[in-house]
Amino acid sequence: MSAKQKSESAARVVPADGLDALIRALARAGYTTIGPRVEDGAVTYRPVGSAADLPLDMVDEQGGGTYRLRASKGAGYFAHVVGPHSWKRYLYPPRQLMWRASRARSGFAVEAPEPAADKLAFIGVRACELRAMEIQDRVFDNGQFTDPGYRARRAAALVVAVNCGRAGDTCFCVSAGGGPRVEDGYDILLTEFPGKDHTFLVQAGSARGARVVKALRGGRDAGEADLRAAQRRTDAAAKAMGRELAGDAPQVLRENLEHPHWQRVAERCLNCANCTMVCPTCFCSTVEDVTALDGSHAERWRTWDSCFTTDFSYIHGGAIRRGGAARYRQWITHKLASWHEQFGTSGCTGCGRCITWCPVGIDITEEVRALAARGGRK
Amino acid sequence: MAKARKPKLAVWKFSSCDGCQLSLLDCEDELLAVAGSVDIAYFLEATRAELPGPYDVSLVEGSITTPHDAERIHKVRRQSKVLITIGACATTGGIQALRNFKDVDAFIGAVYAHPDFIDTLAKSTAIRDHVHVDFELSGCPINKEQLLEVLNAHLNGRKPNVPAHSQCIECKRAGTVCVMVSRGEPCLGPVTQAGCGNLCPACGRGCFGCYGPKETPNTTSLAAWLANTQGLSQRQVRHQFRGITAGADAFRKESEAHD
Ligand code: SF4
Ligand code: SF4
Ligand code: SF4
Ligand code: SF4
Repeated sequence: MSAKQKSESAARVVPADGLDALIRALARAGYTTIGPRVEDGAVTYRPVGSAADLPLDMVDEQGGGTYRLRASKGAGYFAHVVGPHSWKRYLYPPRQLMWRASRARSGFAVEAPEPAADKLAFIGVRACELRAMEIQDRVFDNGQFTDPGYRARRAAALVVAVNCGRAGDTCFCVSAGGGPRVEDGYDILLTEFPGKDHTFLVQAGSARGARVVKALRGGRDAGEADLRAAQRRTDAAAKAMGRELAGDAPQVLRENLEHPHWQRVAERCLNCANCTMVCPTCFCSTVEDVTALDGSHAERWRTWDSCFTTDFSYIHGGAIRRGGAARYRQWITHKLASWHEQFGTSGCTGCGRCITWCPVGIDITEEVRALAARGGRK
Repeated sequence: MAKARKPKLAVWKFSSCDGCQLSLLDCEDELLAVAGSVDIAYFLEATRAELPGPYDVSLVEGSITTPHDAERIHKVRRQSKVLITIGACATTGGIQALRNFKDVDAFIGAVYAHPDFIDTLAKSTAIRDHVHVDFELSGCPINKEQLLEVLNAHLNGRKPNVPAHSQCIECKRAGTVCVMVSRGEPCLGPVTQAGCGNLCPACGRGCFGCYGPKETPNTTSLAAWLANTQGLSQRQVRHQFRGITAGADAFRKESEAHD
């Protein structure tokens, strides 16, 4: 019970303007605050200076290949779910300098930049996104291999999570296993109670989070009733999942590696790589070497890459995965099946981004279902 | 070890607007470095000096539209160790390849007072259709950074970083919100090669396909989505694919499928 007491002691219910106070307090503590903002018709993750920058009373309508924002009076600051950006953009940036080399009197002088770990505070991190971070931790910082840049950025980032009170039309975190209720891995957890008496339940999950929460003025200490009310919010979201992933997805995929359905997917798939770029757990990258014209200086950059390109599977003699069937199969079987063997978890959090941001609306949950039906499994 | 001599660079123009050659002049600061690394042997846009061939690197701008062009490109090839085509005209036939879908004599009759003075081919074609090309750099116009990269890679004996993947990857790396998904704006990005630096989607426009087809472009699926889900008419779908790179095989076939 001591854990509960601890969380209660740093759990407060504050009026809606407490959100603004929280953002400003983080900024005063030296954090660059990144959070949801409306940008070009979608909610993206960008620097936010105050609560006024957040998408107040905005709801997203999502479907396969479609996303629209609509105003919804009284919906609150976090009524949207996840958009095209994920925190991967900050923890594992699309373009990273790995090292630079300059021609010296004899040979080359090679210099690797120190991993810069700006103090970032992520505001509005969902349960599925916390899970995505845990999944990427197993890739980039797993005891055997460590990406120093990732580790430094991850350690420096302060997480202000938010419980989902609403699920999106392409969300399926419940069947993917994790969400919509935030359980751990946060510094501060918000649960929003929108409406006339607009308040937030603010809970601390770490010492640095507790310091910020305790300094919030106004409001009151939270009690059992507040925690129960928070539970009701996430229960409602859990009941409203837009999609569902079949529980036997790993087996279905493993048993149907040679199946005519892959060709049907290939007829639709554009090999555009949007699904992998928006996926918060996809981690593939490529390296590019750039040189000065006179050859005096060279740099190696790492950039996001995707299993949907021809170059990705290029080895001596040509590319192994030449078309959409092989590429889609590679992606979905890795994500949902062989990820388990490799990292001890699924690679999918059920965030639904790959469905929404696929320009032709290819739906990971649908493809599993189609394979199961056609493969004879029920 | 000092090199015995600097590589000789030539820049050739065929049917084109000169925009791609201008990209080289537009390199400004970097141009000095280029000029320091190569002997600019033939580049009428920049200098009157002409050094005789052979040339180590030839950059070729423009498409083949006249019998004279068709002959001259062979002369250029014979004098060039490495021939690199630059821009949509040279790599796909360019905007002037729109005439490939129509009767060129009818155009000539309508436009020129003395049609008999005009000596032109029925089609505007890519350089690749006439001679062997060592590297193709697409774009309308080309991206000057990519041009420098290609020259640089050649001078340093490495493979150029010019990916053949989709424009969508550029969007996503840049964090640009997809205009197809968020606004229903038709966009050729999923079938178009990256390289422009994400110009149109970043301004809220769909991609026009200036850089031509990406590797493994699934134009049929994109066309079906534009028609069935976004409600474009046959004619509108045809026009999507019949633009600046209309002559590129994948785009030509897709537009013809909607004739
Ligand atoms: S997938 Fe779940 S946790 Fe993620 S946004 Fe949707 S409801 Fe929230
Ligand atoms: S596979 Fe799709 S639903 Fe699963 S985590 Fe990636 S983007 Fe989200
Ligand atoms: S599944 Fe969709 S987003 Fe992914 S590569 Fe295919 S068309 Fe693009
Ligand atoms: S805007 Fe166009 S190029 Fe960019 S991701 Fe969307 S479909 Fe692809």
